[in-house]
Amino acid sequence: MFNKSTHDIAASFSRRGVLAATAGLMLGLASISGAKAADDTIKVGVLHSLSGTMAISETTLKDTILFLIDEQNKKGGVLGKKLEAVVVDPASNWPLFAEKARELITKDKVSVVFGCWTSVSRKSVLPVFKELNNILFYPVQYEGEESERNVFYTGAAPNQQAIPAVDYLMKDEKVKRWVLAGTDYVYPRTTNKILEAYLKSKGVAQEDIMINYTPFGHSDWQTIVADIKKFGSAGKKTAVVSTINGDANVPFYKELGNQGIKAKDIPVVAFSVGEEELAGIDTKPLVGHLAAWNYFESIKNPANEKFIKDWQTYTKNPKRVTNDPMEAHVIGFNMWVKAVEKVKSTDPDKVIDALPGIEAPNLTGGVSKMLPNHHITKPVFIGEIKANGQFDVVWKTPSLVPGDAWSKELDGSKDLIGDWVGKKCGNFNTKTNKCLGSGS
Amino acid sequence: MPTRLSARLCSFVLSLFLIAFALPALAGPFEDAVAKFANDDYSDTEEAIGVVASSGNKLAFPIISALQDGRLMADPDSKKVYITGADGKSVDAATGEAVASVPDSASAVRLNNRLRRSVDAALGSLTLQSPDVTTRLQAAQSVFKSHEETALEAVDAALAKESNRSVKAALGEARAAILLFKSDATEVEKLEAVATLKARGDQEAMALLTGMGDQPATVTKAAASAISSIQSSLAVWSTVQNAWYGLSLGSVLLLAAIGLAITFGVMGVINMAHGEMVMLGAYTTFVVQEVIRTRYPALFDYSLLIAVPLAFLVAGAIGVLIERSIIRFLYGRPLETLLATWGLSLVLQQAVRTMFGPTNREVGNPSWMSGAFELGQITITYNRLWILVFTLAVFAILLAMLRYSAIGLEMRAVTQNRRMAASMGIATSRVDALTFGLGSGIAGIAGVALSQIDNVSPNLGQSYIIDSFMVVVFGGVGNLWGTLVGAFTLGIANKFLEPVAGAVLGKIAILVLIILFIQKRPRGLFALKGRAVEA
Repeated sequence: MFNKSTHDIAASFSRRGVLAATAGLMLGLASISGAKAADDTIKVGVLHSLSGTMAISETTLKDTILFLIDEQNKKGGVLGKKLEAVVVDPASNWPLFAEKARELITKDKVSVVFGCWTSVSRKSVLPVFKELNNILFYPVQYEGEESERNVFYTGAAPNQQAIPAVDYLMKDEKVKRWVLAGTDYVYPRTTNKILEAYLKSKGVAQEDIMINYTPFGHSDWQTIVADIKKFGSAGKKTAVVSTINGDANVPFYKELGNQGIKAKDIPVVAFSVGEEELAGIDTKPLVGHLAAWNYFESIKNPANEKFIKDWQTYTKNPKRVTNDPMEAHVIGFNMWVKAVEKVKSTDPDKVIDALPGIEAPNLTGGVSKMLPNHHITKPVFIGEIKANGQFDVVWKTPSLVPGDAWSKELDGSKDLIGDWVGKKCGNFNTKTNKCLGSGS
Repeated sequence: MPTRLSARLCSFVLSLFLIAFALPALAGPFEDAVAKFANDDYSDTEEAIGVVASSGNKLAFPIISALQDGRLMADPDSKKVYITGADGKSVDAATGEAVASVPDSASAVRLNNRLRRSVDAALGSLTLQSPDVTTRLQAAQSVFKSHEETALEAVDAALAKESNRSVKAALGEARAAILLFKSDATEVEKLEAVATLKARGDQEAMALLTGMGDQPATVTKAAASAISSIQSSLAVWSTVQNAWYGLSLGSVLLLAAIGLAITFGVMGVINMAHGEMVMLGAYTTFVVQEVIRTRYPALFDYSLLIAVPLAFLVAGAIGVLIERSIIRFLYGRPLETLLATWGLSLVLQQAVRTMFGPTNREVGNPSWMSGAFELGQITITYNRLWILVFTLAVFAILLAMLRYSAIGLEMRAVTQNRRMAASMGIATSRVDALTFGLGSGIAGIAGVALSQIDNVSPNLGQSYIIDSFMVVVFGGVGNLWGTLVGAFTLGIANKFLEPVAGAVLGKIAILVLIILFIQKRPRGLFALKGRAVEA
């Protein structure tokens, strides 16, 4: 089972000396690859961090792909061949993502890769996928402003998460004053830029928007929560739009609860808090705070119920939760399988051309479709946190929302579209009728 | 007794009345409204709350309070609504009759934030004359928050009967809030209202004054002066608040750094695995709480007290093990110590990740660690307060131990002059192991406290290691008092910089300031003097 760990260790040994080897040994032990290599299988790469800061979120996605492969193999595999997972551990280390991606494609000869969580890791593997012409399925909500030939984005673009959430607060909660709080990196910064432009276009004044950034893993939220309280006492309904990432959420919500900020006074809508993150906190003080996603575990639907049951059986853990990026992987995986079966080949060029237009059912009762800009159509749900750590859906979009690769709210991108079918271009300017190409 | 009897009679007559008249005429407005709860539609529920709350029906309070607690069950098929009591007995919400059981198809009526606000407002005006003082106070406060005109009558009625001073004041404020927004209130009433809110003087009062909309000129003027007076008093309080936040951050820094002040400060070992000792302490707390939750749930409030000695023992024992097996071979070779302890920190992290999984573990706050109280215009949270107290206690005990106990004397002797201490008959290698164990054990204790405010994940330690080194170096290596002063200086400086520069720039500014400071005073705030330093 550990056939991968040997060259893992060898590679790190030569590069980083004794210490990295110690680490590599641990990582190698942690990464479990599929069945023994054989030529009559189709290899699927899994590029998710199993150690380091992102392990908390990404480990589940690795398990999801292993689960999906297992299910597919039970159905007889793809094109009469079994699927075989090749799992590597990029260890939350961005340059290592590129190294591991190269290793997957050149050494393990995988046909497709499912992976990455942070935008930085995606950007770091992009050149590798372009150069070696392979396929990456990226399952996480992100800031948009990108459409690449080799990447398929199954997570939400800002218009599939942030904009509908703000619309809900504006219409249903009559929010007039906005705190945009985020961790200081590319996703929150771009999302907040889009939201700021959007709010201003809706007539919100500059002094009614407060933007606040904090470092990764920020744990002392006293000042910021007090600031939010102060900002919220200007006589207008106030809400917080949170793009705070990962671990920093737990102390943030704890401080909110302790300082007595209730959802009915100042609701917080989060884009990075799901079932998985709530599993680590006492959610009773958080009841009523919101999250916007394209999937919630609590959505009642036969497809979802079956998925949850199979997943819990597979992981042998009756309490194991499911979340939005997992659903994105489910959709992406099924789309890839359908595309491969359609062209009867795993050749990346053929599969890339076949994917736009492919449809796959999502777990909330609809059918998602791959668009020419390599994003998919998704429903948007607003959920309220319940005392048991699950979400109660309070609002959803009437129909599926197509993902915009380029935001219509930003001056720099409102004329751009991604179209890999007709225009063969990821950043086509509809005003000048020109493809900007990869230079920009 | 007579009043009780008459009350019973009354309710009996009332229920007869209800049965006689309300039951046959099922289409009454109250019953219609109650049936709307079963529609599972937020706007229908909101309508129902309004009608039920103003109906004057004696079921209004039980219905609305059941709705708030998620005890109001609605059956979408039969459109029947039930109130389930805390004792498990249920009544039909429309008639008040007891029912044997609630059908399985019924589920709790759902609420969203907008509805929670209406529920609060409705409950507020329904409970203004409750016999319980705290309920009345809460009711007055929720009427203040919602300040709906319809509640004015109820407030006036309650105000006439109220005898408790603080409830009376709260009712007065609620009345002022309503009058301020009432379009047909007189100018005199409005000016009085502004004065009442000015006297209250907090952020909520200011929110009402700034958001009151169009008013007569005199009222606007009075409000403007009230706002500026509240603002200036809040500005003073915000300085106090920053100072408190600074103390609190300082106590966290100190707690994380105290152990390092011993292993690095006193012994001179560059211990990169220090953060992992903190993490082990936090995981010990998690394990203790898990055991308590499954076996002795009544002991939950004592879980932290039980975890403290255990965390000390676990982290201390691992510390001794590390010293005996690795560090003792590396004394005097700082570079190798650094690399070895860093590797060790990775090993410990991954070991914990393999054992407990990569996701955060939930460590609960005991009741005395949650919530907050108001001190003037600032909010002080209990968890931060207890951590400050705890940190100072740990510091005092450690200081006393080093100063007055025999092992403390030996530790100081060995670190000051190892060879002389050895020739005095002190077993230096045993003292080394114990000192390292003590430092690690204290880091473990810190983990118990930090588990209350941060994530319990394998990465917990990493976020504190840099800060801990910063504090020890800034305070002066080898001096515990320096660590104390250093931690509080950095905490307070950080919290005064943060509102001005933001969290990210504030942190950068602190680092730059420390670098400049170290250029000027390489040995930190409290430098050790004498020959021991040169050795």
